[in-house]
Amino acid sequence: MRGYLRGSNSQRQPRTAIQVSWFETRGVAALLTMRDYPTLILRRREAPSRRMKARYFTNAGPPMAFYFVQFLTGLASAASLFLVASGLSIIFGVTRIVNFAHGAFYMLGAYVAFTLTERFAGALGFWGGIVAAALVVAVVGVLVEMVLLRRIYHAPELFQLLATFGLTLMVQDIVVMIWGPDDLLGRRAPGFKGAVDFFGQNIPSYDLFLIGLSPVVLGILWLLFQRTRWGVLVRAATQDRDMVAALGVNQKWLFTSVFALGVFLAALGGALQIPRDAVHHALDLRIIVEVFVVVVIGGLGSIIGAFVAAVLVSELNAFGILIFPKISIILVFLVMAVVLIVRPWGLFGKPEAAARRTPGLTVNPWRPLTSAERLMSVGALALAAMLPLFAGNYALTVGSEIAIFVIFAASLHFLMSVGGLASFGHAAYFGLGAYGVAFLAKAAGLPMIVSLLLGPVLGLLGAAVFGFFAVQLSGVYFAMLTLAFAQIVWSIAFQWVSVTGGDNGILGVWPDKWAAGPAAFYWLSLAIAAFAVVVLRVIVFSPFGFALRATRDSPLRSEAIGINGKRVQWTAFVIAGTVAGIGGALFAYLKGSVFPDSLGISLSVDALVMVLLGGVETVSGAVIGAIVFKAANIWLVSQTDLSKLVLGGFIVLMVVAFPKGIVGTLETIWNRRRSTEDKKSALATSRVEVAE
Amino acid sequence: MKLQVADLNSFYGPAHILFDIALEVGEGEVVALLGRNGAGKSTTFRSIVGLVENRSGRIMFEGKDVSREPTHAIVRGGLGYVPEERRIFTELTVDENLEVGRQPKRPNAPYWTREKLFTLFPNLGEMRNRPGGRMSGGEQQMLTIARTLMGNPSLVLLDEPSEGLSPKIVEQMVDAILAMKKEGVSIVVSEQNLHFARLISDRAYIIERGKICFGGTMAELDARPDIRDAHLSL
Repeated sequence: MRGYLRGSNSQRQPRTAIQVSWFETRGVAALLTMRDYPTLILRRREAPSRRMKARYFTNAGPPMAFYFVQFLTGLASAASLFLVASGLSIIFGVTRIVNFAHGAFYMLGAYVAFTLTERFAGALGFWGGIVAAALVVAVVGVLVEMVLLRRIYHAPELFQLLATFGLTLMVQDIVVMIWGPDDLLGRRAPGFKGAVDFFGQNIPSYDLFLIGLSPVVLGILWLLFQRTRWGVLVRAATQDRDMVAALGVNQKWLFTSVFALGVFLAALGGALQIPRDAVHHALDLRIIVEVFVVVVIGGLGSIIGAFVAAVLVSELNAFGILIFPKISIILVFLVMAVVLIVRPWGLFGKPEAAARRTPGLTVNPWRPLTSAERLMSVGALALAAMLPLFAGNYALTVGSEIAIFVIFAASLHFLMSVGGLASFGHAAYFGLGAYGVAFLAKAAGLPMIVSLLLGPVLGLLGAAVFGFFAVQLSGVYFAMLTLAFAQIVWSIAFQWVSVTGGDNGILGVWPDKWAAGPAAFYWLSLAIAAFAVVVLRVIVFSPFGFALRATRDSPLRSEAIGINGKRVQWTAFVIAGTVAGIGGALFAYLKGSVFPDSLGISLSVDALVMVLLGGVETVSGAVIGAIVFKAANIWLVSQTDLSKLVLGGFIVLMVVAFPKGIVGTLETIWNRRRSTEDKKSALATSRVEVAE
Repeated sequence: MKLQVADLNSFYGPAHILFDIALEVGEGEVVALLGRNGAGKSTTFRSIVGLVENRSGRIMFEGKDVSREPTHAIVRGGLGYVPEERRIFTELTVDENLEVGRQPKRPNAPYWTREKLFTLFPNLGEMRNRPGGRMSGGEQQMLTIARTLMGNPSLVLLDEPSEGLSPKIVEQMVDAILAMKKEGVSIVVSEQNLHFARLISDRAYIIERGKICFGGTMAELDARPDIRDAHLSL
């Protein structure tokens, strides 16, 4: 597609990427950067330009040739996607880690290749630079594996996803520090600079090279896994890591070498893109979402699956743009949803054995608050309610925002800690609530009370539809599917400009007079937050809550005592989505506007971090987590330009050092102290290990 | 002394499973570890090879304390382990399963080649390219033993090799174990089946609720029917 874009339009295309700017959700810098990061979709998914259409409809080659070229373009795009996806699959197969940082390694590969190919001249310089770049990044990957991943191989999936996401954030800032924020245009490949004419349609010869490359890589990988001792060991470890160790194989080095290979493939995929595409610092998330889609369709752990799915996804993109120019991305996600429902483990994957439990390593027994603790909570709430007596307007706005995020975090906490379903796309329902309010207030002109009550219904509906599909899965697949659904909603909000205003959002959603003052709005937010948290707590200790927790802890046993697990989880999903929608509804009024960012990945991950920070295994840790995270975050953004580096580092540190979060750690200390004081009570409160 | 275990204590989470286990295996000896379901036989083996991480005590293998070493290092030192659940790599062929177990030749232990193993387990030789998942239970049991022997161990921990097998296959298993012994491999075999143990063992220990409650020759065990009846279900 780059080929025809070059031919038809010599101007640089605007920056396009699946866009997640951390600053944008952070208020201040939002409006500044909003313009620079427009669209969701890849360059190649843009609608064919007018000139190109003209050429096609008037005198250019036959339609068949056009479709054929479009097909080849899709195949060429599949090459990099396949390289990255196969790397992710290989790593997952053995280590069981879904490496979110895979996109970051892809991006690093592109940047390093850019530098190396600029420095060394000639064909040898170029091709040598590409391979050397992949090797350099593979070495970086080995360091990451040895320093970070080795510590979290036995942690729950959620922690691994979050740690590697934290890594991704850090790399984004590091890349900008080294290479600057601007797009970099790399060299064209020596020997593949021209284009091949095909009945009047141009195909870049480099695209043909890529088309030829991926089957070669597939073949090499096949030989590596089928015909070498290393490959046999890797396949054995994919099935049973402990048994491989019990036969005298050092898993550590096996894992490290597998990770190195996976990262090498990702970096190679990135490096090979430089003659086709500009290098920029949003490449990572753009590729990772596509790669998630590919491995979910193809089946995690299957290389053939990665190959077939990469071709499928690329072709869907290439032709989707012709059929649905505005919503081409939806086509891919729809296919993914269908595949997951029909074959939850992907086209070429294998059904997983019982998934590992999502919540943490140990569980402190849950209990309702004692009356003293209730009194303390009420006291804390009363204290918070006195804030307007001494704080200024800015502090109150921050306070309202914190209260809103308490609602949001509590809703996710309900889903992932109580329900055992770690969603990576919870912001979708938050954002739907916000858009719901914006539609009602702006389009229908309803008063605030009515909008606030009805807005979250949009979140409820979204959660009901997506939740139905999502709860069919568990573990990483659940996380990936929720992420994908959130991206669908995001892309609709982004692309359906006539209704949602696209990335200009919907402006002028102001509260009614009675709630317009900062103090009044703060009290409103605080009251709703307190209400939401109390209601969620009541549900946790209700019969429904027990059924939900039973389903989380042992799906089979709860099924055997007559609990309809899927229905219970679906209900929990809807409850969580609705509560998140309430948060979003308030958020729309707080900001006076709604942007697609309210649905974005970054917001979903913020919520995950809040829950994790508070403590996944606690009943209401999310409240503390949200307050601490949001306050620290607002402060951090005002203090440093490297907030992603700091935040990413913080996430990694937290996962490795404090997997129990603030409240969880405090509870453990509290329990330990009590157990030394009184041996008898120690028995009652002793930690119940969740055996892995 | 080939293997000497002393004061072995193991834990699963907060639960204390093994209490001061002590046992010894001489050079070229076959020793049975007898006990009921859940008595702690498998945990003892898993603790010896380091698959139970939370353990304390001394595990002397060929004169060296291996209790601090990781599983793969213990196994590489020549201490082979055949798990109870067989744990065949179902996706891998027979040949590939054997390849995973292959380790270099060891000076003080018998050396096994595929050909030698196929004479010991003729069935396996006829299905070298069959995936492990499409073998019968007996064939899988033979494959796990062969796979461990590919590592040329000087001592093998065999966890309930007769479990779930037909009498005819059990006979083959007895022959195979005796052949291993003849080659010079020391063996610890855990069993619920006293009859099977008697066919192959020189000595026996009885384990009950995580404690060793008897140790002696098979003749000594036969002389104490009270112990036998109290701790073994026959």
